[in-house]
Amino acid sequence: MSTTKISRLAPNLVGFQTIIRREYNRIMRIWGQTLVPPAITATLYFVIFGNLIGRRVGDMSGYTYMQYIAPGLIMMTVITNSYGNVVSSFFGAKFGKHIEELLVSPMPNYLIVMGYMMGGILRGLLVGAVVSAIALAFTHLHVVHPFIVISAVLLSSIVFALAGMVNAIFAKNFDQISFIPTFILTPLTYLGGVFYTITLLPEFAQRLSHANPILYMVSAFRFGFLGVSDVDVKLSFIIMITAVVALFSSCIWLLYKGVGLRE
Amino acid sequence: MKALSLKGLTKTYKNGVQALKGIDLDVEEGDFFALLGPNGAGKTTAIGIVMSLVNKSGGKVHVFDHDIDTELAAAKACIGLVPQEVNFNMFETVSTILLNQAGFYGMPRHVAHDRLEKYLHKLQLWEKRNAVARGLSGGMKRRLMIVRALLHEPRLLILDEPTAGVDIEVRRSMWEFIREVNAAGTTIILTTHYLEEAETLCRNVAIINQGRIIENERMGTLLRKLNVETFILNLRNPIVTAPVMIDHKITLADDHTLEVEISREQSINNVFAHLTANGVEVMSMRNKANRLEELFLDMVERGNNTNKQAV
Repeated sequence: MSTTKISRLAPNLVGFQTIIRREYNRIMRIWGQTLVPPAITATLYFVIFGNLIGRRVGDMSGYTYMQYIAPGLIMMTVITNSYGNVVSSFFGAKFGKHIEELLVSPMPNYLIVMGYMMGGILRGLLVGAVVSAIALAFTHLHVVHPFIVISAVLLSSIVFALAGMVNAIFAKNFDQISFIPTFILTPLTYLGGVFYTITLLPEFAQRLSHANPILYMVSAFRFGFLGVSDVDVKLSFIIMITAVVALFSSCIWLLYKGVGLRE
Repeated sequence: MKALSLKGLTKTYKNGVQALKGIDLDVEEGDFFALLGPNGAGKTTAIGIVMSLVNKSGGKVHVFDHDIDTELAAAKACIGLVPQEVNFNMFETVSTILLNQAGFYGMPRHVAHDRLEKYLHKLQLWEKRNAVARGLSGGMKRRLMIVRALLHEPRLLILDEPTAGVDIEVRRSMWEFIREVNAAGTTIILTTHYLEEAETLCRNVAIINQGRIIENERMGTLLRKLNVETFILNLRNPIVTAPVMIDHKITLADDHTLEVEISREQSINNVFAHLTANGVEVMSMRNKANRLEELFLDMVERGNNTNKQAV
């Protein structure tokens, strides 16, 4: 390792911590927008779908409907919040031009990407913890494979934090940062087995569902809790790890080329 | 050592506009350097490339011998930038903005706190340390950007129109402070539309027009190129017509004011002798325009005419 690389290591770590601290402070400063809405939405889901409708639905894959949807609802919250944090924070910095504070600094691109990614993970996990606590008020959350639960939630959070960054890099206005969450992310999440097992679907719809990456994340996470899954869990992890590598490389390349940031 | 060296720097934007057409420029360490030019001349593009906010199309940039193509982090660590437009988070407090910036440059938090206090005091912003940025006045925002650029104590400070929109009192105190920073050894590159500012502060100057450097000289040498100066004379008593002189153009601005053109070779004594002989008493005299301003306008105009003829 060259002297320059060694001498930049400590300052780079300070820079990395600074981005994470700034993201954490941002999440807490606007807690009314970041932490409260997912808690209210999750409560409504548990009351309406889990409790009122769920009683009529009966068991699903051997568990009460409430137990079945709880992991899916937690994962849905983690995904949307990890994505939402990075896309809004990074695009906000671009729009307000304060992204230039980072671009003119000596921080390497990979640490800028990792810093924003950590912000996404932080919000995803914070909100996920809030929703898990709400779920505990409605049902017993039983964990069969803790390691799978942790690794599935972390990898999913990383995937969507990085995807949010790609969206923010390309976005030119606020419409473009709400387009993907509204028209792509939400439908894929609802159709990704959060509320049902895909075995209930007709054959063609089941095959179609296998093209939805969120199905693999929800299924792996649910497998960690309940030990049941709609897909092969190994395949889920392969897909998540591949997505992380592809998206992380894309973000670094986009920052290096200055796409959407430098003329 | 050269603080900044640009060699054959070119930039062509996607829309085909050639903002820089092969710029060569050297700024020596410790210099106070003015980079002047009309709007759209390419100043901000050149600075943007040095700061890696704009991708260059060709050429080389070295900052204290660090090539930005191969040692970008080392080059960036040497520079502090005060940009033309306000570019901090308006929802954060003054202290948070500064601590974040210090962190991005890898400064430990206790060091950042000490420097923040030192520079906020120097630029009279200490009382505003907990104020949210959007509540600051225009002058305070400019000063905050200067503090932010200085926190990591850069060897090269680039000020892109730092006093735009700032009242004269604040502007003068900012000049004093920037002079102190330069005297302490920091190289300074200044772009400004206030040419009086450049003439007063800078030792060397480059004029950029239509993407090319059209002049790069010591300030004194450049000012000596000014052939004709116009002086304004305030008279004690009113007069109806301007006295006529063969060698000088004298015009009557109003009944108490004369404008006299005097070339570099001519003596001003002749003018006074002629006016005295005609019973005109002069109370005071001043330059009609700042000397650099006259020269700048002349050079830019000549450059534009040359380009028009070439087309």
